[in-house]
Order: sequence, then structure tokens, then C-alpha cells
Amino acid sequence: MLDLMMQAALGMLALSGIIALARVVRGPTIPDRVVALDLLGVLAVCIAVLSAVRTGSRYFLDVAIVIALISFVGTIAYARYVEAVGQA
Amino acid sequence: MIEFIAGLLILSGASLALLAAVGLLRLPDVFTRMQASTKAPTLGLGCLLTALLLLDPTAEALIRAVTIEAFVMLTTPVAAHVIARAAARTGAPLWVGTLVDERPVEAGHIDPHPGVDSAAATRGPKPARPVE
Repeated sequence: MLDLMMQAALGMLALSGIIALARVVRGPTIPDRVVALDLLGVLAVCIAVLSAVRTGSRYFLDVAIVIALISFVGTIAYARYVEAVGQA
Repeated sequence: MIEFIAGLLILSGASLALLAAVGLLRLPDVFTRMQASTKAPTLGLGCLLTALLLLDPTAEALIRAVTIEAFVMLTTPVAAHVIARAAARTGAPLWVGTLVDERPVEAGHIDPHPGVDSAAATRGPKPARPVE
């Protein structure tokens, strides 16, 4: 029962990632793409936490912390880049 | 019973993430998309971490879970603010149904109410003249 629920949740998270990637490809402006990449980072954290639940290994939580850190720094860097270039 | 509650929390967390992705795809401009994609996944991650703590109630998991959630709750609004500022300064187009935009008109964006001098209210006092 629990394993079935976790597999369904993994499927939903994968579908969310595909939709966010569609926004990265389509997004009319660069900030749209940056927002979608930010959402992809949070989705990666969610998948890491769900993997920790499924396997019972706590190392996946460390992976989630690192992904959250790098995603934040990357988003800030992209936003600074967009602001410096000055094109939407 | 605990496992069933944890499963429900996992499913609701994944549903919130899916909701954020659908909002990112369907909403009309970058500011509304940001609205969808920054708030819902934070709550979804909270649901997933609560399920993790229900299934693995140890101190190590608690410390890591609190760290992850606190970090995401602190950094997501900051990142959204920086992206929104970059989008506003580079002239990202607004949705045609936008009613209020308090930015000055000369910033080069769509004026939703032409004729109303909204710039005068937000421009602020003139800078003081330099002392000779």
C-alpha cells in the first residue's frame, strides 16, 4: 500500500518535471526559464526526500540539502545575469 | 495506521508539486507563474518531510528534515524576489488583464491605465542639488 503510494508520488513528481521542462523550452522570456529551473531544483529536492523514504537511507537527505543550496545559488546567479544583460 | 497517514502525506506533497507545475504551464505571465511555482512546492516538501519523520522518527532524520525545510522556506522567497526584480527591470510583458501596476511609466513597460499619472505618485522627491 505504502509502496504503491510512493510509486504514484514519484510518477507525479516526474510528470511535474516534464511540465517544468516544457516551460523551460517554451518560456517566452528568460525570467520564465529561470522560474522553471528554480521549480526543477525544488522538484529534485522532493525526489531526493522521497528516495530517502523509499530506501530508508539518510544519505539522500544530505543530497537534498546540497541540491537546495546549489539551486538557490544558481537561481540568484541567473537573475543577476538577466539583470546585467538587460533583455527579457 | 501510521503508514497510511504517511502515504497520504506523500501523495498530497506530490500533488502540490504537480499543481505548481501545472500553474507554471498554464498561467499567463511570468509574475503569476512565479506565484504558482514558489509557494506550492514549499508546502509539498513540508508534507514529504513530515511523512519521512512519521516513518523514521529519529534525531538524525529530524535534524536533516528541519534543515531542509528551513532552508527552502528561507531561500525560495528571496530567489523569487530577485527573479521578479530582474523581470520587472528588463521589461517582461504583463498579462493584458493586469489592473494595477505601480511602477513608474518611464521604466518602459505596458501602462495599464494610460492618462493616469501614476509616475508622479511613485517618483518620490527630487534629489537635492549638490553643494557648491
